[in-house]
Amino acid sequence: MEEETHTDAKIRAENGTGSSPRGPGCSLRHFACEQNLLSRPDGSASFLQGDTSVLAGVYGPAEVKVSKEIFNKATLEVILRPKIGLPGVAEKSRERLIRNTCEAVVLGTLHPRTSITVVLQVVSDAGSLLACCLNAACMALVDAGVPMRALFCGVACALDSDGTLVLDPTSKQEKARAVLTFALDSVERKLLMSSTKGLYSDTELQQCLAAAQAASQHVFRFYRESLQRRYSKS
Amino acid sequence: MKETPLSNCERRFLLRAIEEKKRLDGRQTYDYRNIRISFGTDYGCCIVELGKTRVLGQVSCELVSPKLNRATEGILFFNLELSQMAAPAFEPGRQSDLLVKLNRLMERCLRNSKCIDTESLCVVAGEKVWQIRVDLHLLNHDGNIIDAASIAAIVALCHFRRPDVSVQGDEVTLYTPEERDPVPLSIHHMPICVSFAFFQQGTYLLVDPNEREERVMDGLLVIAMNKHREICTIQSSGGIMLLKDQVLRCSKIAGVKVAEITELILKALENDQKVRKEGGKFGFAESIANQRITAFKMEKAPIDTSDVEEKAEEIIAEAEPPSEVVSTPVLWTPGTAQIGEGVENSWGDLEDSEKEDDEGGGDQAIILDGIKMDTGVEVSDIGSQELGFHHVGQTGLEFLTSDSEEEEMIILEPDKNPKKIRTQTTSAKQEKAPSKKPVKRRKKKRAAN
Repeated sequence: MEEETHTDAKIRAENGTGSSPRGPGCSLRHFACEQNLLSRPDGSASFLQGDTSVLAGVYGPAEVKVSKEIFNKATLEVILRPKIGLPGVAEKSRERLIRNTCEAVVLGTLHPRTSITVVLQVVSDAGSLLACCLNAACMALVDAGVPMRALFCGVACALDSDGTLVLDPTSKQEKARAVLTFALDSVERKLLMSSTKGLYSDTELQQCLAAAQAASQHVFRFYRESLQRRYSKS
Repeated sequence: MKETPLSNCERRFLLRAIEEKKRLDGRQTYDYRNIRISFGTDYGCCIVELGKTRVLGQVSCELVSPKLNRATEGILFFNLELSQMAAPAFEPGRQSDLLVKLNRLMERCLRNSKCIDTESLCVVAGEKVWQIRVDLHLLNHDGNIIDAASIAAIVALCHFRRPDVSVQGDEVTLYTPEERDPVPLSIHHMPICVSFAFFQQGTYLLVDPNEREERVMDGLLVIAMNKHREICTIQSSGGIMLLKDQVLRCSKIAGVKVAEITELILKALENDQKVRKEGGKFGFAESIANQRITAFKMEKAPIDTSDVEEKAEEIIAEAEPPSEVVSTPVLWTPGTAQIGEGVENSWGDLEDSEKEDDEGGGDQAIILDGIKMDTGVEVSDIGSQELGFHHVGQTGLEFLTSDSEEEEMIILEPDKNPKKIRTQTTSAKQEKAPSKKPVKRRKKKRAAN
């Protein structure tokens, strides 16, 4: 595990926002979210977690091609574009994970024979990319006014070789024994999606899940506060 | 999605306003929209906003072998992508014309003008050179993509730092950013595109058209220039006929605009450089304006994970133990194994041919339930060429000849089966013969092998 000091020295190589290295207890990085920043999409959001940044745009409910039409619900499509190079298999698999999560919460039956398209653009990747994509997608869907039965958030955690759990890992911390990403819903913190890479025991899985549920509380509080700021009259 | 057509009244309104020298957003004829440049934490990453048009640019580098006819020059690669979030009409198949035009213009503006010194990108002549790749993504389309993209490209190239390399004889050492500070690219000049939209057959001209104005324009003139007033590229599209003095006038306007934009770019680069040197905060997080009501920030939040282990233990204690997993793999042939039994297949009437297959030793790992039947029938031919159809004890090792699929199969109409099978697959015909035949055939083929 990287040496963690509590000095105020800004480590240049670490993160540009200059946030000090995280202490032994878990912590989430600095969060920022901006909604409605693009004029063309129906909803858009830019979500930043430390140095990881993802921009999401949502179009929908809109016209759908007859070949992709579903008679009783909306067709949800997720497109993820990497920053460098052409999209490959990793992007396809992430798109599928995000789509499955969105389909579980979006009330597609209210808009049959329409399409809801979520386009995600990776602006910078410094760890926990899938979790950031999920958060950005959720905020963009909220901004677009797509009816959902719950909000969802993504939380990533890394397991070190000595079993230490790190939430919201940076790219350096992601080179650990296992990296687990969970999507949790806001109503009962239930698990919507999990994507894991690496070796871990079932006890560790449950521990990571419990830690992710604790972290999701903070993320949902962040959602609530940012929406309150936007919509409150004061 | 189809592009929503522009209504006639909107078109007429825009054209009438232009005739009266008025623009919908209140700009003057030669005014540019506000340009905002923000940088990311990695070198070479920037977002340029020209009004509401937003472009993300990223530069990356890689060591490759040079082109055969240019052994001492580095390689520049440009890629402009119109993201699907930029406009609802940008679908993968539909944007080819515009995309090709923009990419070609970008290439001509940046590569043909030799703004980057490619000779300096050479590491070992003929063997290793740097390939610089510029990826531009259009995030929001509100008109004048080419200007925004050219600004983003040149800003990203100026901001980029490539890893330092040293060559000692035959050895090439690539230093990581921690070992040695990365090196900027050597840029001779900064070409920037300026777009002019023409209306009413060249009578009226507007600089930096926005999306609506672009829809009603007759033609577009793009001039790429640098601050030394050298024209790098000039392109006129749309089939409008321009007079010589119109083009000259445009180039003068372009000269003025380019000087302003270049100054803005240099100031932005300098600011970013200063912030990084002083150790302040930089990156996209800082460029989110605090006062905006749609933006919200939260500082680092500690999470209490002390009760995590207890919770986990509780859940595991309450959970049922996992059902016993059959972990013995069935080895059909070297390199082909089967774990588990697959799902009960629903193609009841092919079951007879399956039976004979398996008796002869249909060997193929059963992957999906849907495909199972087909592979079972066809593979018997392929399998017959391979050694080692299995009879228990044949090779001395104990294999599990699992006939389990057949046990699960439900024979629907056993009488009708034979005829049906004959017509379905050709290989099935062969299986109609008594099971000894396949065995014989295989032995023959084995002998042939």
